[in-house]
Amino acid sequence: MTDIKAQIDVLPGTDPRAPLLQVNDLHVEFRTRDGVAKAVNGASFWLNPGETLAILGESGCGKSVTASAIMGILETPPGRITKGEIRYRGVDLLKLRGAERRRVRANKIAMIFQDALSALNPVYTVGFQLAELFRVHRGMSRADAKNRAVDLLDQVRIPAARSRVDDYPHQFSGGMRQRVMIAMALALDPEVLIADEPTTALDVTVQAQIMGLLAELQRQRNMGLILITHDMGVVADVADRISVMYAGRVIEEAPVHDVYARPGHPYTRALLESIPRLDLKGQQLNVIRGLPPALTDIPQGCAFNPRCRYAKDPCRQDPPPPAYAIAPRRTARCHFFREVLGE
Amino acid sequence: MSDVVLETRGLVKHFKQVRAVDGVDVHLRRGETLGVVGESGCGKSTLAKLLVGLEKPTSGSVMVRGQDMTRLKGGDLRRARRNIQMVMQDPYTSLNPRMTVGDIIGEPFEIHPDVVAKGKRQQAVQDLLDTVGLNPDHVNRYPHQFSGGQRQRIGIARALALRPEIIVCDEPVSALDVSIQAQVINLLERLQDDFGLSYIFIAHDLSVVRHISDRVAVMYLGKIVEQGHDVAIYDQPTHPYTQALLSAVPVPDPRLRGHRNQIVLEGDVPSPADPPSGCRFRTRCWKAQHVCAEQEPVLQIRERSPHPSACHFAEIRRIH
Amino acid sequence: MNETPGSVVNVTRSLAGDAWSDLRRNKIFWGAAVLVVVVLTMAAVPSLFTSADPASCTLGNQHKGPSGGAIFGYDFQGCDVFARTVHGTRNSIQVGILSTLLAGILGIAFGLTAGYFGGAVDAVLSRLTDIWLGVPFLLGAIVLSGRLSAGEKNDGVMAVTLTLGVLTWTSSARVMRSSVITAKSQDYVAAARMLGAGPARLMFRHILPNSIASVIVVLTLLLGANIATEATLSYLGVGLKGGALSWGLQIADAQSYARIAAAPLIWPSAFLAATVLAFIMLGDAIRDAFDPKLR
Repeated sequence: MTDIKAQIDVLPGTDPRAPLLQVNDLHVEFRTRDGVAKAVNGASFWLNPGETLAILGESGCGKSVTASAIMGILETPPGRITKGEIRYRGVDLLKLRGAERRRVRANKIAMIFQDALSALNPVYTVGFQLAELFRVHRGMSRADAKNRAVDLLDQVRIPAARSRVDDYPHQFSGGMRQRVMIAMALALDPEVLIADEPTTALDVTVQAQIMGLLAELQRQRNMGLILITHDMGVVADVADRISVMYAGRVIEEAPVHDVYARPGHPYTRALLESIPRLDLKGQQLNVIRGLPPALTDIPQGCAFNPRCRYAKDPCRQDPPPPAYAIAPRRTARCHFFREVLGE
Repeated sequence: MSDVVLETRGLVKHFKQVRAVDGVDVHLRRGETLGVVGESGCGKSTLAKLLVGLEKPTSGSVMVRGQDMTRLKGGDLRRARRNIQMVMQDPYTSLNPRMTVGDIIGEPFEIHPDVVAKGKRQQAVQDLLDTVGLNPDHVNRYPHQFSGGQRQRIGIARALALRPEIIVCDEPVSALDVSIQAQVINLLERLQDDFGLSYIFIAHDLSVVRHISDRVAVMYLGKIVEQGHDVAIYDQPTHPYTQALLSAVPVPDPRLRGHRNQIVLEGDVPSPADPPSGCRFRTRCWKAQHVCAEQEPVLQIRERSPHPSACHFAEIRRIH
Repeated sequence: MNETPGSVVNVTRSLAGDAWSDLRRNKIFWGAAVLVVVVLTMAAVPSLFTSADPASCTLGNQHKGPSGGAIFGYDFQGCDVFARTVHGTRNSIQVGILSTLLAGILGIAFGLTAGYFGGAVDAVLSRLTDIWLGVPFLLGAIVLSGRLSAGEKNDGVMAVTLTLGVLTWTSSARVMRSSVITAKSQDYVAAARMLGAGPARLMFRHILPNSIASVIVVLTLLLGANIATEATLSYLGVGLKGGALSWGLQIADAQSYARIAAAPLIWPSAFLAATVLAFIMLGDAIRDAFDPKLR
């Protein structure tokens, strides 16, 4: 068991000082009937051990495609990574050979999805699906693997784990299924956990349980957590840093407190302002006019310019705004970030 | 109380064993918005269907302007339906993909030919598109050519066509992105002012419901557990379930992290096919005593609850 | 988009109008349509294509190669293969199209009624369909066709058509029923009910257009199968009679000598394949044109 882990740790190019996970200038395209859809257009971010990075954005912003690219579960074709790096401890996963890449991903990076029911195989018991991971990747015996499966279900607080291990996925409630999926993701002790809208399909009281569980497991294991979500409440509750995505780019990256106190990009600001708040009761909500761009036809310059109240001529011309360093550990892709910050 | 436009009395809907709605009394005044909140399986969507006559109640009545909708048939029912319409949750399945937008919004006029004369329907459809903020020239387009938010506007235009007094909104923004949600909520509020509409606004998003509602009813397992003005429910909740629900909602302000006294409920909602005896919330409640299992708490004003609450131990607890 | 908002758009388009404007620009549709028209013309006026009499056969020409007007050569009986193929078109097409139409009407009616009303109606109709499906096809065809084609002057065309239609509607009924059930539960049907729409409007305006696509696929495939099955029945003596011509009969006759002379087998088969293909492509093109999402 330790052998496999040790092997990966000494992959050529491993840099102990590098971030746990680093995505650089990632580009992903999809070929569609309407032309080439540029789903991700130069996304960059990093993640350290024990840290929670929230990737925030609305549907079609490229956040889930980015996650699929990191996990290596992108459908190719029609999808294609055209450019960029995905570095795990300094090693570019996209340059590794197939078998090696799969081994790193299986052992180091895990993912949980929004829809736990379709992510679990309906014809096997959850215990079998968990045990299979240990048998395949750790070479355990049937009995040992089953015991580990029960342990894991216990860790994700499934009541009476020993008796429920032989149940099928449909016999669990939505919240319990999400716990099973978390157990599967954690089985091989990953260092990076990607959670793609993990609580969107759940009720708020169950969401609170699951987010609490995730935070606790992360603390125990010192995992890096990438939380992909559109819910600004959840982000405020758990994230350390935020990367806001729009039309396939990270348009703002900052520690969570800074973003909520003083957003540095007009889109982030507009998003925060469009949440119904107590003091706005009875008034019109602030809205972002218009619609997000079609990915086959992203506007020149800043992709947000047609909807932006700060937009001036430079925003409408290529190249898009660079990632301005607007404060320590903070960037925003807006020419007029000073105005947005209110300086 | 002559301005009451909608009232339900002892509304019950059972699907075989499942008690989806189990005795609901609500009323709605002219120009008012009643928010209905609750988690999945609480019966709020079934309630919506009962109100607009898509489901027949097992017992109880739905009074619209003094007429019991559940007893009407044929032409009378069709006429009564004009007064109460619904905006549905999913903008992708609520519009017939093989009809143009003009046909979809014009269909109410075909079913009720006396509302608008035949020659004026085209204009009426385009006026409706304009009213909901869509380009009137797009009548010949198909639903799939619009975004989710625009489709929801089409659904709203269809609901408005017959000039109803009441619109039941069943999770009208939950399938939409945050920035689009705000657009649709603003539209609904504007239409309410312009046409004097009354809304029943059903949602699981508590902040959206608070923004738009004058009064709020909280549902749990087919029953209303607490009801009152929005301020009463959000600032002075007295039912433990309301308190837990409110405290579970993440607040978009990282400064509050760790400072909120969050009530994390244990376990899941019990099956509505086999609800607990007495108070249905008692299996997850931290206040539960013997009496809760034996005696069902009535929804009423109590010593420590200035608004109706269905808890033997109702007591104000501030959440934030 | 350039028109001023608020103007009345005078041209209201319908799904059928949009489908037609879409079809007009579809090359596959035109290719298939031309082929279908040719075949239909051949069926209606065979003399346009050949002046030879398909019934005048000379044994001396047995299995001869192409010569003169007989561009496909001669068969075992010394008949002109081309002339027989052209003259066989009418019966094949008539049997194929009419029996498929009959099966389609029965299937759609049964499926729509069972799926829309559900409950006891569905239970009864579905069991009837199942029982019907359980009738052994050949046995049923022999009994039915034999009965219907009794009589001296009967060439058996209507008998075979009815037999095939009545025996093959079950698959489209089942497909229709399940797509109707899917369509019925869609929110837009509920929305129409809420507006006060009656059963006829719900069925024909909302459910039928959204559930018929899968039946069209089943029916285009059935068309080819029925043309071929006619041959089987005729071969067994319960199909076309009295020297009637059809592609199926030609194929059945020629297969015994396929190793000596392939042409009498190949040509009618090619006509059959091309016709079936044309109808399948036509069906696909029409189905796609009526699906606005593909536009």
